[in-house]
Amino acid sequence: MISFLLKRLFSLILTLFVATIIIFILIEVVPGDPAAFMMGLSTNTDAADALRAELGLNLSAWDRYFNWISGMLVGDFGISYTYRIPVSELVLDRLTVSLPLTIYALILSTIIAIPVGVISASKRGSFSDTFLMGTAQIGVAIPNFWFAILLVLLFSTTLQWFSAVGFVGWEAGFFPVLKSLTLPAISLALPQAAILSRVMRSSVLEVMDEDYIRTARAKGLTKRQALIRHGLRNAMIPVLTILGLQFSFLLAGGIIIESIFSLPGLGRLVFQAIAQRDLIVVKSIVTLLVLAVVMITFLVDLAYAWVDPRLRERGER
Amino acid sequence: MIIQLFKKSPLSFKIGFFISIAYVIAALLSFIWTPYDVMAINLEKRFIAPGIGHIFGTDHFGRDILSMIMVGARNAIAVSLVAVGIGMIIGVPLGLWSAATRSTGGRVIDEILMRGNDLVFAFPSLLMAIMITAVFGPGAMNAIIAIGIFNIPVFARMSRGGALGLWEKEYIMAARVAGKGKAKISYEHILPNIMNLLIVQATIQFSIAIIAEASLSYVGLGTQPPNPSLGRMLFEAQTMIFFAPWLALVPGLAIVMLVLGLNLMGDGLRDILDPKLRRKEPDGVEAKQNVSS
Repeated sequence: MISFLLKRLFSLILTLFVATIIIFILIEVVPGDPAAFMMGLSTNTDAADALRAELGLNLSAWDRYFNWISGMLVGDFGISYTYRIPVSELVLDRLTVSLPLTIYALILSTIIAIPVGVISASKRGSFSDTFLMGTAQIGVAIPNFWFAILLVLLFSTTLQWFSAVGFVGWEAGFFPVLKSLTLPAISLALPQAAILSRVMRSSVLEVMDEDYIRTARAKGLTKRQALIRHGLRNAMIPVLTILGLQFSFLLAGGIIIESIFSLPGLGRLVFQAIAQRDLIVVKSIVTLLVLAVVMITFLVDLAYAWVDPRLRERGER
Repeated sequence: MIIQLFKKSPLSFKIGFFISIAYVIAALLSFIWTPYDVMAINLEKRFIAPGIGHIFGTDHFGRDILSMIMVGARNAIAVSLVAVGIGMIIGVPLGLWSAATRSTGGRVIDEILMRGNDLVFAFPSLLMAIMITAVFGPGAMNAIIAIGIFNIPVFARMSRGGALGLWEKEYIMAARVAGKGKAKISYEHILPNIMNLLIVQATIQFSIAIIAEASLSYVGLGTQPPNPSLGRMLFEAQTMIFFAPWLALVPGLAIVMLVLGLNLMGDGLRDILDPKLRRKEPDGVEAKQNVSS
């Protein structure tokens, strides 16, 4: 187990290291001088040079890469070119919107997907199965930003239940925040729920064929009891993998949704930062997102190894 | 024989097939004919609601929505087709190479390629596509590249997984004994056997690419105006949604129908081409096992 863990950890660090190099190079080739962007129209070259020196832009690429990495290791992500505050502060501030939104969307999608998947699987071939999976097919095909536009049209414009845009801020309290995140969360959750319910359905179907379910049935449990007591836990394994991946996808995938609803989240921040050539922000956020993905993959791998000893042994070989 | 197979195919496949074919025909037709000129601005005819003459209505420049959707769908299909093509042309050989070296005793190349795969997977794809198109300039070409890059690991992993199982088979053994090289075996014996798998995956990736293209055009980084694109139409419709809701509804539905058609066709193809696959559907576990082993 220890050597499996070490092997996984090593590959995690290696992935992160290579990822930072790729991100750095990609950022290096971006046209446009950040100092010139910050100075605006003024053509004072001395001031621009001083600013470049202050930002460390006059150093060699190698030194800049090294400074960036060593800074990040101690939590110093640098100063945003446009906001003039530390990137870490900026990111933390935006996470107070993006993280709740992501969790909200994940909860919604799980609440919808798991019952749908279980019902579909246990009534395989019935009308409700066909209907639910047909709906899921349509759900997968709907681009979330279009769904968001439709939600705004229906709930904000026509019914006026929700304000169309903006974020009330945490000072307003929990429920106003929840309300302002509801439409964005639904638009993010629906396509994810559609995918998840399909995974859940096939996972339950798979599990129901297993020997231990047959044993449970032979022992006298009904199909439903066998499923609830023994099946669901096992059926959840692939679903958890997908959930893990969806978490990191949603954290960054809210870019367009956050723009539609004018939410001051991470996605919108990075999108604006790309447009404004605030490269240090882009660099840091992409790195953090890669870190999130890699960490989640690592944790899922660990969970698998914990559940399934065969994998553990293979890792040790 | 194909006709018989089609008759026996599930209803969902038939629906998906006809939807997809309808789009392809509309897209091809748009090269030579559209009901109206998509570039022509006619302010007298703007905001005409759907009806006779303009069945999907007109937009704020008086352009015919149906014509724009035909051309927009053509652009989306072209971008996605090339992007998925890039993913296959680069990804499949990489996956086959990986499997071949691993099955003949080497581990290093396989490890490097698969870790590289994981690396690409670790990047948030939409964000990277936005970054790539922002850095290298917006436009269809860069959208293709941005979407294509993220298709490479999908096909590499898929073909590696399929090929690894085949390398254990007797006929591959026989081919090795007969003195065929790794590349020759991969091309002559492995590739034809994983083709079904790849076709199904390509259909699915194609539908994902359609949504990705729409997303990129929506944020203004895909196909550039005045060339119509479905994503861009949705973006422009947003501010006019209160008095001209068809501007948002029609292009959105066009995307949904196209993606739905492709997905239904992909699912149906999977059932037709390989009935065994259907039972192994929750491939999450298997995929993970492949990664760890």
